[in-house]
Amino acid sequence: MGEVKANAHLDLRGVMCPINFVKAKLKLETLEAGEVLELVLDSGEPIQNVPKSIKEEGHKILEVKKEGEHFRLKIQKG
Amino acid sequence: MTDHFIEDKTTKVNVNLETIGERVDFNDLKSGGFIKQRQKDLFTVRLRCPGGRMETKKLVEISKIADKYSKKGVVHFSFRQSLEILYVDYKEFRNIVSELEKIGQKVASCGPRVRVPTACGGCEYNPNGLTDTQGMAEMVDQKFFGTPTPHKFKTSFSGCPIDCSRTKEMDFGFQGIVEPVWEDPLCTGCTICSEACKEDAIVSDPDTGKPIFDPKKCIFCGDCIRACPTEAWKAKRYGHIVRIGGKHGRHPMESIEVSTFLPDDKVADAIQKTVEWYNANGKRGERIGNTIKRVGIQKYLDFMEPVFKHGSPVNYLAPGV
Repeated sequence: MGEVKANAHLDLRGVMCPINFVKAKLKLETLEAGEVLELVLDSGEPIQNVPKSIKEEGHKILEVKKEGEHFRLKIQKG
Repeated sequence: MTDHFIEDKTTKVNVNLETIGERVDFNDLKSGGFIKQRQKDLFTVRLRCPGGRMETKKLVEISKIADKYSKKGVVHFSFRQSLEILYVDYKEFRNIVSELEKIGQKVASCGPRVRVPTACGGCEYNPNGLTDTQGMAEMVDQKFFGTPTPHKFKTSFSGCPIDCSRTKEMDFGFQGIVEPVWEDPLCTGCTICSEACKEDAIVSDPDTGKPIFDPKKCIFCGDCIRACPTEAWKAKRYGHIVRIGGKHGRHPMESIEVSTFLPDDKVADAIQKTVEWYNANGKRGERIGNTIKRVGIQKYLDFMEPVFKHGSPVNYLAPGV
């Protein structure tokens, strides 16, 4: 999968569950369907929980990259 | 027949039906659910709430009835998820039962019989839920509630391996599981599954990022399936781990796993046949766990084979990837 251009960015490093998910959700609400949000999440609980919650809300995870102790995700609004 | 409506024999209180007189229909008491309190003439009325779920409209009506009949104006949420109306005068049994009946609320049971099933939220609204525990509890309540057994027979349904309904402590418990399968072409090697797996059953290949799966560690929770962004992890099948012979109380016992991936439509058969076996083999006052200890688990498993063959063996491992 090639590089996808993001329409918005959100760094959620150091943000606890479930606040990180809520922040991501609020950010996604500002976007149009089909637009892409880039998220940075800590490993551990955030990466265990946030992606599956985002999927459950009907959004699509386009890319996931591990960068040391955190993950960079690209999410397309559903 | 007094023990039908007094919680086991530990309370050691006799209620003379004569003193209740004509005001109480024997059938109201037969199903049990009236528990003697310390206080003279006062009983706890235990309601039948399978899975602990209740429509709000019914709850409002029950509140009114509880307010009318509880001498102290209190209810208690029982350990088995049923609402109990406290401080009810036994002379009012008939009235309270008939008022509850009018709103479609039945009284629960005590004593040696199949009890009201308990259940977690299940797959309807809990994100971890894998099975329809509420639907199962409802079905079991309809089909088996009150069936006589040598001693109490408690069932429960948990929707996932977190096992909030404590199937390991039940006479007969069912815990939801899902078997994951992985398809290489859909995998992007993102490594989320290995992060999501709390059992260390998945590690990511250092070069490709793709999962290396250890089936011996998998407890079939489905976290990998839910976390996977590309549907490379999928659900192959859902079912229940079946556990028998657990109990709490003075001498707790942990249950024994007797089947895995038993499908939903075999749950009723499993209970039916297990109750049949228990009634044929159990001594009066003996929990099924002790019957199994005395008679031997193999005898039980042989008897259950026609049902359990629809599931997988207890030591079943998901195929590797």
